[in-house]
Order: sequence, then C-alpha cells, then structure tokens
Amino acid sequence: MATRIYVPCDTTALSLGADEVASLIERHARDRGADVTIVRNGSRGLFWLEPLVEVDTGSGRVAYGPVEPDDVAGLVEAGMLEARPEHENYLGNIDDHPYLKRQQRLTFARIGLTDPLSIEDYRSHGGFDGLEKALGLDPQGIVDEVKTSGLRGRGGAAFPTGIKWQTVHDEPWQQQKYIVCNADEGDSGTFADRLVMECDPFMLIEGMTIAGLAVGATRGFIYLRSEYPIAHRILDEAIRRAEADGYLGEDVRGSGRAFHLEVRLAAGAYICGEETSLLESLEGKRGLVRAKPPLPAIKGLFGQPTVVNNVLSFAAVPFILAEGGQAYADYGMGKSRGTLPIQLAGNIRRGGLIELAFGVTLRDILDDFGGGTLTGRPMKAVQVGGPLMAYMPASQWDTPMDYEAFAALGAGIGHGGVVAFDDTVDMGEQARFAMEFCTVESCGKCTPCRIGSVRGVEVIDRIRAGENTDANLVLLEDLCETMVDGSLCAMGGMTPFPVQSVMKHFPDDLTA
Amino acid sequence: MHMSAQSNPASNQDNLPGSAEWTPDMIQAIVADLKHKPGALLPILHAIQDRVGHIPDGAVPIIAEGLQQTRADIHGVISFYHHFRTQPAGSHVLQVCRAEACQSMGSRALEAHIRNRLGVDYHQTTADREFTLEPVYCLGNCACAPSIRVNDRIHGRMTPEKFDRLAEQLTTSTLELK
Repeated sequence: MATRIYVPCDTTALSLGADEVASLIERHARDRGADVTIVRNGSRGLFWLEPLVEVDTGSGRVAYGPVEPDDVAGLVEAGMLEARPEHENYLGNIDDHPYLKRQQRLTFARIGLTDPLSIEDYRSHGGFDGLEKALGLDPQGIVDEVKTSGLRGRGGAAFPTGIKWQTVHDEPWQQQKYIVCNADEGDSGTFADRLVMECDPFMLIEGMTIAGLAVGATRGFIYLRSEYPIAHRILDEAIRRAEADGYLGEDVRGSGRAFHLEVRLAAGAYICGEETSLLESLEGKRGLVRAKPPLPAIKGLFGQPTVVNNVLSFAAVPFILAEGGQAYADYGMGKSRGTLPIQLAGNIRRGGLIELAFGVTLRDILDDFGGGTLTGRPMKAVQVGGPLMAYMPASQWDTPMDYEAFAALGAGIGHGGVVAFDDTVDMGEQARFAMEFCTVESCGKCTPCRIGSVRGVEVIDRIRAGENTDANLVLLEDLCETMVDGSLCAMGGMTPFPVQSVMKHFPDDLTA
Repeated sequence: MHMSAQSNPASNQDNLPGSAEWTPDMIQAIVADLKHKPGALLPILHAIQDRVGHIPDGAVPIIAEGLQQTRADIHGVISFYHHFRTQPAGSHVLQVCRAEACQSMGSRALEAHIRNRLGVDYHQTTADREFTLEPVYCLGNCACAPSIRVNDRIHGRMTPEKFDRLAEQLTTSTLELK
C-alpha cells in the first residue's frame, strides 16, 4: 500500500516552496521505487515549521519541518519516506507537538488533518454534524443554541452573534434576507480567516448555511479580499462540490430549504472590512460607510435584513450546533465565552495559529508559544488586534485575553492578531504609519477621518523634526480626540489608538 | 478523495496578469454575461481586468450603458478601489507588503531595496515593462514576514538577496517565453 505523505497547500506553506517540495518528494520517491501518495492537506498553523511534511505511518503522522525544496534530497536520504527519526528536522508524531497539545482547538479541530476539498474527509472528521442538527431544529431553536454559546463577533466588534441573528430572524419572513460573510481580513497580523477558507472551507459553508436556516435567508455572499487568490480558488471549488453533494442549492439535504452561496471578490480597499462599507461594495458601489441606524440586520444588503458576520463567527457555529451551545460556553472567562483563535505574527520565533479559551495571558502566548523574538533581541512592543489597536508595552503583557480586560486598558483584542516587535522598532515611526495608513484607506465620507489623518501625519512629522514639540504634542492629542469622537466608523475612530498608545507608553520614541 | 499535485486547484501557478487586446465587443460580452447578477459592477470590473490586464477608459461607457448607470458612477467605483488600474501593467505585478507584521521583520528596508533595484516608485512600471510596483497592506502571511506577491504567487520570509534572485529568475523566464 502506498505511503501517504502530506504537504500543505495553504498560502504560507506555498510561500515557502511547498509545491516544489511536493513535486520533489514525488520525484525522489519514484527514483527509489517507493510507493507514495502525496496528499495536499491544509496547514496545522505551526508556521515556523512550514513547509511541514507529514508521513502517515499507519499509527500516527510523523512530521518533518521546516522542509524547503533544498532539504528534500537529504531528508529522503535520511529515511523520511520510511518515517525514520535520523534527520535533525524530524519532529516525531505531530499530534504530540507541545504547540498543538496545549491548544483547545474547537473551531480549528480539523485544519491540517484533512484534504480541504474532500467532503468525505470533512464528514469523517465531524463535518456537517452541526448542519444535520440544525435541520432537526426550528429556526428559533438554532438561534437559541447560538445565544447559549455566548459567541461574540470574532471580527473585532465582539457583538453577541445570537442577538444579531435574532434581530434578522424576527424580521418578516416573506422577503429576501441575506447572509453575508465578511472575509475582508485586512488587519496585519491576522490569518485565521484565511486558514479557515484555505484549510477547512466546508466549515464556513456549513456555518453560513446554518445561519440561513436560522433567519430565513436563502442567499449568501462571501466577500473575500482580493489579496487571497488561493483562498478564492479553494472556496469556489468547495462551493461547487457542496452544491454537487446537495449541501447547497434549492434543496439543502432534502430539507426543502434553499441556500445559495457565492464568493464575491473585493478590490483592495481596507475600509470594506467595515460592514456597511462592505455592503455598499457588494451592491457594486464605492465602499462608503453608511450611517447607522438602520442596522444591517434590519436594512442591510439591497435594503433587506442581513446577517453580516466574520469568517470566524460563522466557523464557530458548526461546533456550537453539533455539541450544543453550552459545550462552547464552558470555555472562556467572564463575558468572553468559548475560544479565541490567536494569530501570533511579526518578529516571533514560533508564529502560528493558537486557539485557546479566553483568559490566557498575552505573556504566555509571547513566551511559551512564541519563544520570544525571531531576531533574538528583547521584545519592545506588541500590537494586538490590527492596525487600529494600541501598542502594548511589557508592563501590560500579563493581561488575560478577554474583551473587557483589554478594553479596560484602552486596548482591544480585535480579530485576535498579535504582532511582536523587537527593540529596534522606532515607535514614533509606527505612530506615523497609523495615520498614514488612514490617509490611504479612509473612505473619505467623514471629515475627521479624511482630513484628520492627513493632519496627523503632518503633526507627527513636525514633532519628530523637533518643531514646537510641546505645542504640537498638545495639538496631536487634540486631533486624536476629535477623530475618536467625531468619526463615522472605526477607521477614523480607532486610528488614534495606536498613536495615543505610543504617546503614553513610548513618548521618547516620538520626540527623538 | 485526495488532490494530486497536478489537479490541485490551490496550485501556486504564477499566473500572469491578463494582457489581451481589448475590443468593444469583448467588453460588451463580459457585461452581458454578468449584468444579471445583483451588484454586478465589481464582478464585471474584475472580469475585464483579469482578461485585459486593466480597465481601459473606452470600457467605461460600455459598462455604464449595460448597467444603466452614468459614466461618472462607473468611474467613481473604479477609482475608489486600489485593485483596479486604468493603465496596462508590466509583465509582473509586484506587491510589497507595507503593513505592521512585515514592518517588524524589516520590510521598510526591503521596500527601499526593491524600489532602488527596480528604479521605480509605487504605482509605476519599469522602463522595460517587466514590473509594476504596488504597495499592499497585508497578504495574510504575517508569521513568515516580510511577504511580497508576484501576480498570484506569494513569497514569504523575503530578503533583499532573495528578491534579487527572484527578479533575475522572473525576467529570464519571461525572455525564454518570447
């Protein structure tokens, strides 16, 4: 029987040569007369080990990593095809790896194990169990499970998902409703949405279908950023296969209920991650932010009731339905229930996906999982939650990952991205970049954001040049306050957060 | 069911941007094919750019007529989104990530190196029409920073030296194709 060898096919593995690795392994195996089958699995999310090659021994999967194209010949020579332990990149049974062992993977339970496009693989690992449960419940029963789970929107705003679904559910049913997935994952340091879409796409399809059943929506859109070409190809193919097998379409699994799903490609505007701007874009317009109210749940896409959730929120739903909302709520702390997919990135030795119950401290993530900076220098600052969130100094790293605990510091968890910087970073430059990013990405609808960000760059430049430093610092503080209080959406309203955090925690860098 | 390396829809082919000569008939056919979709404008613009490599000015009135919108509406949408370009690009569209995770791993120096090596700034095309340089804010490869994208292919842990080798390879292989 052929030995199954797994070589991941997600963006990160591919960005480090996984395709070349796969074809080299095939060639070397052929040359040696070894009978192997190459399976392109998803990534486990242990990114410092990518490309991570796994060999199925029949009693577990033995891994080697990182395996770059140049390493293949040596590894095959050292007995990789026979799963032998001689090579220095031998990692043993991957399921026993401490980075994985210490996680609580509920949403990401399958990534890396399966062929992302195999419905058979998906089913044999618990896939579609949640949908089967949902098909046996009435719509209110589905909404109730999601409410019980305590799930809060994982895109960053942390609004209770069950309440949003209830609002759409309660709108009259004799009209078109929509399910919209926000897959415009634009925050630097985040890649969990991408992992769902590239490594377990049927989970997203299942979660959105369950949402459709819950609120009476027959049509869904995945608004996907154009920076993710691989996710695009995989999602399109997964939708095609789900339709072919009756999981999508006019009659979902013989239930008589319809749900149609389509990927819509975004076009490189960060602001379209804001839900109302996203809806404008889906309607074929400039992505200008809408004033709220009305809420999208009442007047959303094409003026119809619409559930807009992040990829990770929908991805949590199949587990919640399959195991029950309480099983999910049993994880976490305070009002932050369930697990948080933390994405550890930037200047870090062991970056990757870490799914854990809320409550783990940032320091545990940075030290125990991350192992410090990749450059080996002292860590100076950490930005959690994307470009609109605060830079946190070491004194704040003992904070537990919990929405309320972070909010109390003027920081936020956002979408769960954690970006580490070593001591060579110039925090003044980071503050300037926050404003500069806003000048590039502001939709232009409101003045504090459109003009404020331009003035912000100018004032920071003057401060850094030593011009009237004290007066300009006062001006910058004032400007930040105006943007926070006066902007229409989070883009202008939160751009000052990283700037203010630099003023507060790294003032010497700003004035140097 | 497994995907072999050959039939893998995720395979990381170095797709070149579209470069077909455009004709009004081609644009009309694309519009006719997609205009029934709700919110059809972005799908139409993507289809044109994928085919032609950019959105030619002459396509705007055709799209406007097909969708019963004004030319100003169409122009406004094209100009809002960074992805759409109205001029032809070089053989390779090169995006350099400027966002925070890449900054933490030296992307500012990498950006400077690339601009210097290619002799162009962002939104410009090299004189030999090999590369169009674009900034990008996150490619989702943040644990293996810094990252760049060449057409549809993303490259992680980029360094100035690796970039020079890559640029060399890309320009050589393009010559071989001719």
